[in-house]
Amino acid sequence: MNIVGVLIPLALAMGLAGLGTFFWAMRSGQFEDLDGAAQRILIEEDSDGEGAP
Amino acid sequence: MNAPLRRPEAAEPCIDSRFTVPGMRCAGCIGKVERGLAQVPGVAAARVNFSAKRVAVSHAPELTGEAIIAELRKLGFEAERAADNPLARDDAETRSLLRALAVAGFGMMNIMLLSVSVWSGADAPTRALFHWLSALIAVPVIAYAGRPFFASALMALRHRRTNMDVPISIGVVLATVLSLYETATNGPHAYFDGAVMLLFFLLAGRALDAMMRSRARSGIAALLGRMGRGAQIVQPDGATRYVEAERIVPGMVMLVAAGEALAADGTVLEGRTLVDAAMLTGESAPRPVVAGDLVHAGMVNLGNPVRLTVVAAARDTALADIARLMDEAGQSRSRYVRIADRAARLYAPAVHSLAFLSFCGWLLAGAGLHQALLIAVAVLIITCPCALGLAVPAAQVVAAGALMKRGLLIKDGSALERLAEVDEVIFDKTGTLTLGEPRPVDLSGLGEEARRIALALAQESRHPLSRGLARALREEGVEPAVLDGVEETAGQGMSARFQGRPVALLRPESEVAGLAADLVIAGKAARIAFADPLRPDVQAALAALSGQGLACSIASGDRPESVAAVARELHLFAAAGMHPAGKLALLERRKASDHRPLMVGDGLNDGPALAGAHVSIAPGSASDVSQQAADAVFVGERLMPVALAVRVARRTMAIVRQNFTMAVLYNMLAVPLAIGGFVTPLVAALAMSASSLLVVGNSLRLARSAGKEGA
Repeated sequence: MNIVGVLIPLALAMGLAGLGTFFWAMRSGQFEDLDGAAQRILIEEDSDGEGAP
Repeated sequence: MNAPLRRPEAAEPCIDSRFTVPGMRCAGCIGKVERGLAQVPGVAAARVNFSAKRVAVSHAPELTGEAIIAELRKLGFEAERAADNPLARDDAETRSLLRALAVAGFGMMNIMLLSVSVWSGADAPTRALFHWLSALIAVPVIAYAGRPFFASALMALRHRRTNMDVPISIGVVLATVLSLYETATNGPHAYFDGAVMLLFFLLAGRALDAMMRSRARSGIAALLGRMGRGAQIVQPDGATRYVEAERIVPGMVMLVAAGEALAADGTVLEGRTLVDAAMLTGESAPRPVVAGDLVHAGMVNLGNPVRLTVVAAARDTALADIARLMDEAGQSRSRYVRIADRAARLYAPAVHSLAFLSFCGWLLAGAGLHQALLIAVAVLIITCPCALGLAVPAAQVVAAGALMKRGLLIKDGSALERLAEVDEVIFDKTGTLTLGEPRPVDLSGLGEEARRIALALAQESRHPLSRGLARALREEGVEPAVLDGVEETAGQGMSARFQGRPVALLRPESEVAGLAADLVIAGKAARIAFADPLRPDVQAALAALSGQGLACSIASGDRPESVAAVARELHLFAAAGMHPAGKLALLERRKASDHRPLMVGDGLNDGPALAGAHVSIAPGSASDVSQQAADAVFVGERLMPVALAVRVARRTMAIVRQNFTMAVLYNMLAVPLAIGGFVTPLVAALAMSASSLLVVGNSLRLARSAGKEGA
C-alpha cells in the first residue's frame, strides 16, 4: 500500500506540470498563429545566414 | 528560423505598428514579407501572423506607416493599417474559458484515477483517504473552473430570469457540498468525479462556441480596413502628413488620391474628379464634382487627386448619422433568446421540481433526511444538462467550420439560429447583386497583343478602373507583356514603352457618359467602357433561395431606372431611391407583419438595415461598418454562399433538435433510475460521458452533409 504514497503525488505532480505547461504556452502566444506555424516549415533558410541557428 | 528577424544595431526605442496584408497566401509570402521588411532601414523586426493575415512591425519612430505600406507594395502586397485590436475582449474570453477547461480536465483525470479504485471496491480506510484526496483536488478546481457558470447564473437570478447555468450551478454546488459531507462522515458515495466531469464537458461546449466566434471575427478583421480611416492633410509648409479620421478637424485641407475613400465631409478646393457614392447611397453611376461641390465621408474618389477643405469631421459627418441609426436598430437584435436558453426555461423548473419531489417522496416513504438528500442530488446530477450544454455548440461549431471552408464567416451561433428561421431575403443592389467594382464591358475589340499590353499597364496602378481591367484580363488567362519605363501620371493614366513603341492607358480626353479608359498603342486609341456587372452566379443563387421557399426582393438606394433594369433581368420586386432610414423602416414593417427578413447588403447606407434585420449577411467587399453590423460575411465574387448559409443553418437546427431529443430520451431512461435510488457515482459518470459522446457524434455528421451538398 505504501507505493500509493509515491504514485499519487507523482500522478498529481505530472498533471500539474502539464497544466503549468499549457498555461505557459497560452501566455507566451504559442497558439497565436497556428496556420502560420504550419506554413513556416516550408520557408527556406536564409542564404546569408541571418536568423539561422 | 521561427524567431523574428532582428537587427542588433537598432537599439533605440522602437514603436510597434500593425498592418493587415490580405494577399499573404503561402509560406513564400511570409518569408518575402518578413525578410523584405527587415532589410528596410529603420525596421527592427517584422513578424507575420498568418492566421490573422497581419504583420507586426517594430520600427524607428521616424519611419511612417505610409513608408512601410509603400515598402510592402514594392514587395508585391497591398497593405492597410490595422485598427487597434477591437477583438481583444473576445480573445480574453476565449482564453479564460480555455484555462478553465484545462483546469477542469486536470481535475477530472486525477479524480477519475482515484474514483476507479473506489468503484472497484477499495476497503473503507483507503476509500476515505481517496475521498479526502478527491475533495482536495475537486474543491479548488470547481471553484476555478465553475466561475463562468456561477457568474452567469447569479446574473440571471439577479434579473429574476433563469438560464441553462442556473440548474448547472445548483447541481454542481449541491453535489460538492453533499460529497464533502459524505467524505467527512466516511460515507460510501462521493460525487466529486461527476461534478468535475460535468464542468469539463460543459466548458468544452463553451470553449468551442467562443473559438468559433473569435475565428470568424479574426477572418472578418482581416477584410476590414479599406475605408477612409484617415487622410493626407496638407500642412502649412506644403508637406502632407497622415492624420487619423478622429483627429481631423474642420478647416484642414485634405489631399485625396485616386482610389481613396474620403475620411471626412468636405468641399472641393481645386481639381475636378468623379466620386463613387455607391457605399454611401447605393447609387451605381459615379458623379462628377468640381471646385465648390460638397462631398461626404465614405465616398470614393475615382478620378484625379483633389484637395478638399474639411467642413465636418468625425461625429458630425453624414456617416455618423448612419452610425446613430444603426445603434438604435441593433437594440431589437439583443432581445433574441437563443434556443439553449429557451430550452432551459422549460428544463430548469422541470428538473428542480423533479429533484424536490423525489426528496419529499423518499422522506414520506420513511427514508432518512440524509438518504433522501442523496437521491435528490443524484437526480440533479443525472439530469444536469451535460448533453444539452453540448447539443447546441457542437452542431453550430461544425456547421460554422464547414461554411468557413465555403467562404462564409458566421460571427456566432445565434446568427445560425436566426438564419434558419428566415422566410424572405431583401437584397441591396449595388455591390451585393452586382460586384460593386467597375469591370470592362467588352474586351472583344482588343487583340491578343493589346490585351497583354493592357494587363501590363493596368496591374501597375491602384486606380479602380485599372484594378478592374487587370482582374478581368487575368481571369481570361492573359499573360502581361514586358514593358519598359512604366510611369503613372496621377489623374491621367499609365504610360510605358513596348518594343520601342509608346503605349498608354489613359482617361478619355473628351467627357464621356459613364466610365471609360483609352488604350493607346503607337498613337491608335481603343475605347474600353466600364460598368458594374452582376455577380456571376446571381441567377443560380436566387433560384436556390426560392427553391428553399424564400421570397427575394431588392431594396436599393440607386436611381429607379438602373434598379428597374436589374429587377427586370432577375425577375424580382424592387424598391428604388431608398434612404438608410427608409430601408430600416421597410425591415421594421416586414418584421411587424410577422416575417423574418434576411438582409444582404454592403454599403454604409445598408448599415441600419443590416443591424435591424432578423439576420444579415454582407459581402467581403462591403464597408467596414456593414461588415461589423452583419451577422455573417461572405468572401469572393459568388453569391451562392448566401443560399448555402440558409441551407446549412436549417440543417444545423435539425441536428440541434435531434440532439435535444436524444438528451430528453436519455433523461427519460436515467431519471427513473435516479429517483429509484439506483444511481451510484459510477452510473452517473458512465451515463454522462455516453450521452455527451452521442451528441458530439451526431453533430459531426453535419460536417459530411454540409461539405457534400453542392454549392
